[in-house]
Amino acid sequence: MGTSFGRGGATTFQQDLQNSDCIVIEGSNMAECHPVGFQWVMEAKARGATVIHVDPRYTRTSALADVHVPLRAGTDIAFLGGIINYVFEHEKYFREYLVSYTNATTIINDRYLDTEDLDGVFSGLDRENRTYDFHTWQYEGMEVQAASGQRDEQYQDRAGGGGTVRHAARGESHGSGGAAISGDPEHDPEMLHTRCVFQVVKRHFARYTPAVVEEICGVPQDLFLKVCEAVTSNSGRDRTTAFVYAVGWTQHTVGVQYIRTAAILQLLLGNIGRPGGGIMALRGHASIQGSTDIPTLFNLLPGYIPMPHAHEHESLDAFIEADAPDKGYWGNMRAYTVSLLKAWWGASATDENDFCFDYLPRLTGSHSTYETVLAQMDGSCKGYFIVGENPAVGSANARMQRLGMAKLDWLVVRDFSLIESATWWKDGPEIESGELRTEDIPTEVFFFPAAAHTEKNGSFTNTQRMLQWHFMAHEPEGAARSDLWFYYHLGRIIRQKLAGSADPMDRPVLDLTWDYPTEGSIEEPSAEAVLAEINGWDPEGRPLASYQQLKDDGSTSCGCWIYCGVYADGVNQAARRKPWHEQNWVANEWGWAWPANRRILYNRASADPDGKPWSERKALVWWDEEKAEWAGHDIADFSSTKPPGYRPPEGATAEDAISGTDPFVMQPDGKGWLFVPSGLTDGPLPTHYEPQDSPFRNPLYRQQRNPVRQVFKRKENRYHPDPESPGSDVFPYVVTTYRLTEHHTAGGMTRWLPYLSELQPEFFCEVSPELAAERGLEHMGWATVVTARNVIEARVMVTERMTPLTVQGRTVHQIGLPYHWGPNGYSTGDAANELVGLSLDPNVHIQEAKAFTADIRPGRRPRGPGRGALVEEYQRRAGIGEETGMAI
Amino acid sequence: MALDRWPVLRQLRGEDRLGRGAAVKSERSEGLTPRTSSADEVVKSICPYCAVGCAQNVYVKDGRVVHIEGDPDSPVSRGRLCPKGSASLQLTTGEARLHKVLYRRPHGTDWEELELDRAMDMVADRVLKTRSETFEWEDGEGARLRRTLGIASLGGATLDNEENYLMKKLYTALGAIQIENQARI
Ligand code: SF4
Repeated sequence: MGTSFGRGGATTFQQDLQNSDCIVIEGSNMAECHPVGFQWVMEAKARGATVIHVDPRYTRTSALADVHVPLRAGTDIAFLGGIINYVFEHEKYFREYLVSYTNATTIINDRYLDTEDLDGVFSGLDRENRTYDFHTWQYEGMEVQAASGQRDEQYQDRAGGGGTVRHAARGESHGSGGAAISGDPEHDPEMLHTRCVFQVVKRHFARYTPAVVEEICGVPQDLFLKVCEAVTSNSGRDRTTAFVYAVGWTQHTVGVQYIRTAAILQLLLGNIGRPGGGIMALRGHASIQGSTDIPTLFNLLPGYIPMPHAHEHESLDAFIEADAPDKGYWGNMRAYTVSLLKAWWGASATDENDFCFDYLPRLTGSHSTYETVLAQMDGSCKGYFIVGENPAVGSANARMQRLGMAKLDWLVVRDFSLIESATWWKDGPEIESGELRTEDIPTEVFFFPAAAHTEKNGSFTNTQRMLQWHFMAHEPEGAARSDLWFYYHLGRIIRQKLAGSADPMDRPVLDLTWDYPTEGSIEEPSAEAVLAEINGWDPEGRPLASYQQLKDDGSTSCGCWIYCGVYADGVNQAARRKPWHEQNWVANEWGWAWPANRRILYNRASADPDGKPWSERKALVWWDEEKAEWAGHDIADFSSTKPPGYRPPEGATAEDAISGTDPFVMQPDGKGWLFVPSGLTDGPLPTHYEPQDSPFRNPLYRQQRNPVRQVFKRKENRYHPDPESPGSDVFPYVVTTYRLTEHHTAGGMTRWLPYLSELQPEFFCEVSPELAAERGLEHMGWATVVTARNVIEARVMVTERMTPLTVQGRTVHQIGLPYHWGPNGYSTGDAANELVGLSLDPNVHIQEAKAFTADIRPGRRPRGPGRGALVEEYQRRAGIGEETGMAI
Repeated sequence: MALDRWPVLRQLRGEDRLGRGAAVKSERSEGLTPRTSSADEVVKSICPYCAVGCAQNVYVKDGRVVHIEGDPDSPVSRGRLCPKGSASLQLTTGEARLHKVLYRRPHGTDWEELELDRAMDMVADRVLKTRSETFEWEDGEGARLRRTLGIASLGGATLDNEENYLMKKLYTALGAIQIENQARI
């Protein structure tokens, strides 16, 4: 969403779903995975909204929806692209919104070639290096910035096609803020120019007819048209439609483009920034939004500032130049970056030394968790911290995760109980099969017991970008400690050991600001003091109130600019708990949301260009002529006193360059992007590609898969044969993974609890009665599921919730696998992640776990060496080698 | 027990046809008080599982958590919790939690116990040793790197923002860049 709108967070908040006239839940089983949030969908339904659930499985969400649309896993772009085509064909777009608030009128340069022209790929594809050069995707009349493209391509040539900046998850650095472009593009307000975005997008999706949707997704045309009618008749001045998605959309080799398709549709229909509209991203963990905002991610610094790259960012100036557009709020990137460096290195960061910019380590390519696992297997990564996560069963290709750990010098696991990632050396599947022997494994393993949320102070950022504080009820017992304690004291001890060192390697650690006050008998560092540092201080040492106060001269400090204001007036705003019944429905006085406590992003778009609500029914913010400021139910996501009539003067930069009618303030042109001229690694528009492992040919183009997806040539990570090639029938079924209400992700917080284990006692697979009959599977019996990576066993649940679909004239069966299990705890079973191969989205490096293929057969899997032998036998039968599935 | 005190009969004959009040009360249940009423303190909290972010009231008595329930004031959850959130009392106070540091030495076949301070010191030593052995100042082209690819970290999405912040700050100062969390997983 970052590239379409300017920020990666959900555009709306859960309670606002009650205002929707139509809600499309796709790629999410909200009723079971986000059950308490689902009450707002039910509120909308009670007020007469239409609820549509698009999902391979019939679930409790489907049961409560007005319409359930079963579709083949991995085909959502075709489905949504079909709706986009319907919108164009029947002229259902919101013309005024489109012309004023999106880049529909912008002209694209004449070197751009579409997938329509090139049989499934865009112009600029470098086949050898599997990357796109996106210079040809630019707006007409724009300066192409060489800094991020060419310089690094030269580096790539020299390094022999190794890492590139683009592979360094560049797309994600737009989690808050669009890409860098400069210059003034050309427009056609009539949207008739053949190269204007409106026409380009229209042509691109023209192929996605109802018949094609049926052919790819297995969705009958009348059902598909029903969805089109519901969505379009509930969008416009007076009505709004919301989209809700979760990891069912992100875990694909084209995951980012799934979300882009929904973004395009919502922009066409004028549903962004308005009550009851938007795109609600439902995240899985308590603070997964927080852990990308203040990122434990390799490619980002706090607030979506990119990590510097060795060959691009030698100095602070070069870094800012390369990445900051001169218009929009990212135009102040230098102020955000310098304030961060001041927060980290305090008095040591001065103008003379580039504010210690040189202290930042540099990237040279992708260093994501999956590359890290390969580095562990190869012996170059030697030490590993696992903190509240369970990759031994929870990450794709779980066996590779364990094999990597078995090569480490040392491993630190911090968790509540002895999860699989702590005990694999003793009782993991490879010990059982005889592939590894405990005595041969050199890894030192430390297990540290973790403190629970009731034993520490701190904030979580929920799925709607809202920070909520939880208070310590009592100190943790025994040696259990918070991660705040662990990292603070680890840093303290390391600094003690290095004290007095003259080695330049140690300077960044020794110069770090690390003097947090501690509290209580265990010397717990003050979480509130850390929050205050994240919020930042003005030159007089007073807490800042807003990121607009940040300066690029080193006089302000701020640990995460998008969180600036969370400690305004020295008050912990995240801890506010004014009851909902004492405030309006937006409830701005409960917790604190970034940015600047705004709850619906881009809400300037809820008013027309003149600043009046599009309709009374959908009023949210509006221009108050008398007070000369933006007023409304929510806080305006706009300069509060910038009038609708404001036009930037010649040469204006940063926020001054955004006109009074441009709601997408983080974008360099202030527009919502239907077409993304830069910032995505795999194309300016979404295109249907088949998943890495798929039983079907791509009927649209000769290009079968996303040509720039990330694939790995490893014997532990083999792919399946191309459809219709010899051996492809060995893995005939489509598998999709998901989660249940009663367990949480890899189970570390649930499989050890008696209540929840009793509710979901063991691993199972869901199959249709037709598939059960075809393969001789018995309800409550055992099944063995095999891919080229591994083999697992599961209890069989035969259920009509799984529907066989007709795709390209053939019946396709789908297998459902919940992925919470592993051998430890009370509720046990094999891990579905054993089956998943590493094939990643090129923008954000997320694995394709939601759609792959497998075989299923009755009975339990082999024990001992027979387990590996069975996988090898399948590989042989399918003729799988190192080139299988690697074609671009 | 007299037959007419059988709850089903009381439910059918009495006022409480839905069996939510008088019909299902017994002498024992009359004498029970909710754990919430005898608590010393109510601490405001947030469910640690999914990103809905339901608000919790944590009831504390004698320095221990005795009950956790939904906070009716929350605009998001309005007092509701799902099975996971409702089970968080068992998560925080259940027997499955460990309270000791465990250590497995190289090639060891079982766990040993370690004191926390000693374990912290050992981890600090290993971090510094690995960092020194794997530190890279420049790549083959002479471009500045100032980093180590020897140390990696995974986790963060279940942690507090303040925890993620200290992790990223310390790792970055140490030159470690392979810092990842569940956002990708
Ligand atoms: S109670 Fe359930 S729905 Fe609410 S935050 Fe916890 S896990 Fe999510």
